[in-house]
Amino acid sequence: MEFTSALPIYLQVMTAIKRDIVTGRLTLGEKLPSVRDLAVQYTINPNTVSRVYRELEAEGVCFTRRGMGTFVTEDAAKAAQMKEEMAAELTDRFLKGMEQLGITGDEVMKRIKERESC
Amino acid sequence: MLECREITKVYGRKTAVDHVSFEIRPGRIYAMLGPNGSGKTTLMKMAVGLVKPNSGGFYYKDQPVGQESRKEIAYMSTEPYFYPWMTAKDVGRYYADFFEDFSPERYESLLERMELTPDMKTKSLSSGMMAKLKIAVTMARSAKVYLLDEPLNGIDLLARDEIMASIIEAARPDVALVISSHLVDELERMVDTAIFIKNSHLAAVWDVESLRVQEGKSVADKYREIYGHGEGQSC
Repeated sequence: MEFTSALPIYLQVMTAIKRDIVTGRLTLGEKLPSVRDLAVQYTINPNTVSRVYRELEAEGVCFTRRGMGTFVTEDAAKAAQMKEEMAAELTDRFLKGMEQLGITGDEVMKRIKERESC
Repeated sequence: MLECREITKVYGRKTAVDHVSFEIRPGRIYAMLGPNGSGKTTLMKMAVGLVKPNSGGFYYKDQPVGQESRKEIAYMSTEPYFYPWMTAKDVGRYYADFFEDFSPERYESLLERMELTPDMKTKSLSSGMMAKLKIAVTMARSAKVYLLDEPLNGIDLLARDEIMASIIEAARPDVALVISSHLVDELERMVDTAIFIKNSHLAAVWDVESLRVQEGKSVADKYREIYGHGEGQSC
């Protein structure tokens, strides 16, 4: 995985895991790799991975079973909510980019429709 | 855990290390950064007692470093230090004789992972293979502190991944790792703390994630700020 250097790595890994849940690469209730394994897999600091799991747990994306490890939430509604959030974020970013180019409102819609028709 | 207290080291007329103090704590991975000649290697050698400082000293668990601390501090130097007639297997035996914490099983599995075989002669190894052998034999110790001097120097991308993975595997809550390098980008993602050494002085110590969060900067950005033309902007 490639990282953007100025954004905290833990945030980038959190996003990657959420994306894997939303796209189904990780299934609900699936066991996540141990801290060490994930650190080796991404060649990142194990403390960063601990933080990723801690933050994901606080957000309800994962949960820990004592002595067994960290698991993806079993709550389908949570996964749906994450998908919503990620879609909203992408849309925001897209619209902001368009706005910077001076393209707004109907013009944006028009461009999307044009893209759809081909 | 490992403390550098006000160390100064002079070689002839050149001051290699000038009043440097910092502390290495367990559970963290450190990058020791700085251009060639900034004093990184001298510092590491003093941390294992191979070079004596003119004043100040390294303390491990509050005791001056020496014979005792060497049992728990693994050091990998930049220069190769094996006899040319040795095979990879001999290197393992040599280490097993010196260090109680050396695990032959771990060494064997590291060699395999690095695609080295025990019968390879050290004199026939390419520089990349030599780098892998040095890492394998060092990481086969279960030390409390690992000091790795330029482990990624002159190594191709694939070997680099293997080396970084075996370094990360050694990280534990009671273990500290210090990696010296001038390849900042490579270390960015795997370290907790960056120690910047400049012209024999300690220029700065930064927690890498807080650098990103507070200043929106990467270690590479900070490196350019400290060593590059943006001098004068202190941090």
